[in-house]
Amino acid sequence: MKKLFARLSLHADAGKKWVIAVPTLWLGLFFALPFLIVLKIAFAEADIAIPPYTALLSMADQAFDLHVYFGNFVFLTEDSLYLTAYLNSLKMAALSTLLCLLVGYPMAYYIARAKSSTQSILLLLILLPSWTSFLIRIYAWIGILKSNGVLNNVLLWLGVIDQPLAILNTNIAVYIGIVYAYLPFMVLPLYANLVKHDYSLIEASQDLGARRLKSFWNITFPLSRNGIVAGSMLVFIPVVGEYVIPELLGGTNSIVIGKVMWQEFFNNRDWPLASSLALIMLLILMIPIHLFRKHQEKEWEDSK
Amino acid sequence: MKMSFRFSGVMFWLGMAFLYLPMLSLIVYSFNESRLVTVWAGWSTKWYGELFRDEGLMMAVWRSLEVAFWSANTAVLLGVMASVALTRFGRFRGRSLLHSLVAAPLVMPDVIIGLSLLLLFVSMTDVIGWPQQRGLLTIWIAHATFCTAYATVVISSRLKELDRSYLEAAMDLGATPLKAFIQVTLPIIMPALVSAWLLSFTLSLDDVVIASFVSGPGSTTLPIEVFSSVRLGVSPKINALATIIILIVSLFTLSVWWLSRRKLKRDNQAL
Repeated sequence: MKKLFARLSLHADAGKKWVIAVPTLWLGLFFALPFLIVLKIAFAEADIAIPPYTALLSMADQAFDLHVYFGNFVFLTEDSLYLTAYLNSLKMAALSTLLCLLVGYPMAYYIARAKSSTQSILLLLILLPSWTSFLIRIYAWIGILKSNGVLNNVLLWLGVIDQPLAILNTNIAVYIGIVYAYLPFMVLPLYANLVKHDYSLIEASQDLGARRLKSFWNITFPLSRNGIVAGSMLVFIPVVGEYVIPELLGGTNSIVIGKVMWQEFFNNRDWPLASSLALIMLLILMIPIHLFRKHQEKEWEDSK
Repeated sequence: MKMSFRFSGVMFWLGMAFLYLPMLSLIVYSFNESRLVTVWAGWSTKWYGELFRDEGLMMAVWRSLEVAFWSANTAVLLGVMASVALTRFGRFRGRSLLHSLVAAPLVMPDVIIGLSLLLLFVSMTDVIGWPQQRGLLTIWIAHATFCTAYATVVISSRLKELDRSYLEAAMDLGATPLKAFIQVTLPIIMPALVSAWLLSFTLSLDDVVIASFVSGPGSTTLPIEVFSSVRLGVSPKINALATIIILIVSLFTLSVWWLSRRKLKRDNQAL
């Protein structure tokens, strides 16, 4: 063992290089490189073959033949289905982010202001549902929102309504499911930010005569900006590509890009078209992902 | 302050009800005699029996546990390396690249990760003949990749707070950087490694979208199996499965919380 340490310490610098290289190579190969392949296949033509697309580069008469096909993108502009799907997804993501913020902010605020000994159990209670299966929690809402489900039975019994409400397979059900699934992602970064606030600032403003709402709006809210940005990005970006929730809770008319892409890929087996759809989604998400990365980098920089 | 405090309190407990009522309804209806999930026909545990007799589902459970175990191991190993590089090495070439590679998977939509990885695997088979077919191996690679990002966040936030003086003391006493890391840093960050492992394990157990893209014939995992049966409608068997999952997770988390609280109390008393 001693010998091993001695030998390894001789190569301390080499060791350092390995520590950097291994995760970089793994993520580069299995996370970054695949995007280049998506890019390649987005410019290929669908073909009845295995794999079901034409080659971009082929050897013909001793020369490389570059075959770039723009048809997928032309096709995407011709059928209004795709534009509708992108717009619906963006709208759905923006509105659910706002809803998560409205519900999650007071929750995070409450935890951050609680006694430090109870904070950990409150956080645990927020996180606990997300450790059980996501799929099963979305499935639970089917049983609740169905026309003969729990919610309608309770409301009928209470006499609030005299006919079951049709909520399942509507956009309302999709929003409920998204807020339900993504709420912890909003609460956690907000809590992490709010718990660091210096409470004496609020006291000072109140000593100077500010009303509670005013001191919240002028002090706490602006100071929590980083938490709001982080939480919003953690909700907004994945929701743009969300597939499972609209598929299970939404109706046939809830057309979102995740679902359209899934159908092009699995049902129509049009890999190039699915790749083009993914590529455009990626381009749309470039700016929010960049914002999120900047935020994360700041978190890591603060380490010193 | 009192009023906004009360408002946030009401919102908090309403939010809690929102988070927990669906799970409660799953548990209650898993004991329902009737096949129609929402019509109550008396208590029964027959759906649990049916669940355990469903061989396809049980096979999928084992496959999922196996994939989750290896994905978590890989993710923690890669996550420790990435965290050390990002929090300990100062500036180095490729730091910003590693940053992006770790941050982007946290938010990237699953459909994009799944599609792009599948296309990578297909191209690799084309060019180098490996992987020969898609199955548990490709799911493991996919899960290890996105779990690494989460593991890195958990581990690096702990490493960041670590008091460097312990490490410096060890090195002053002649320990090599590697030895100091293994004997000093590693024991201190062990709780973070455990939580990173558990997070990766649950994330892997939970994934349906990415696994659907990269799985092959005969390698359906539990979420894929559940998803296909849920798409056909509500089934009491899934309620029973959900109840078991909720029970295991809650018991486990609460006992960990209770143990750590008891340890904290004892430490305080010792002081």
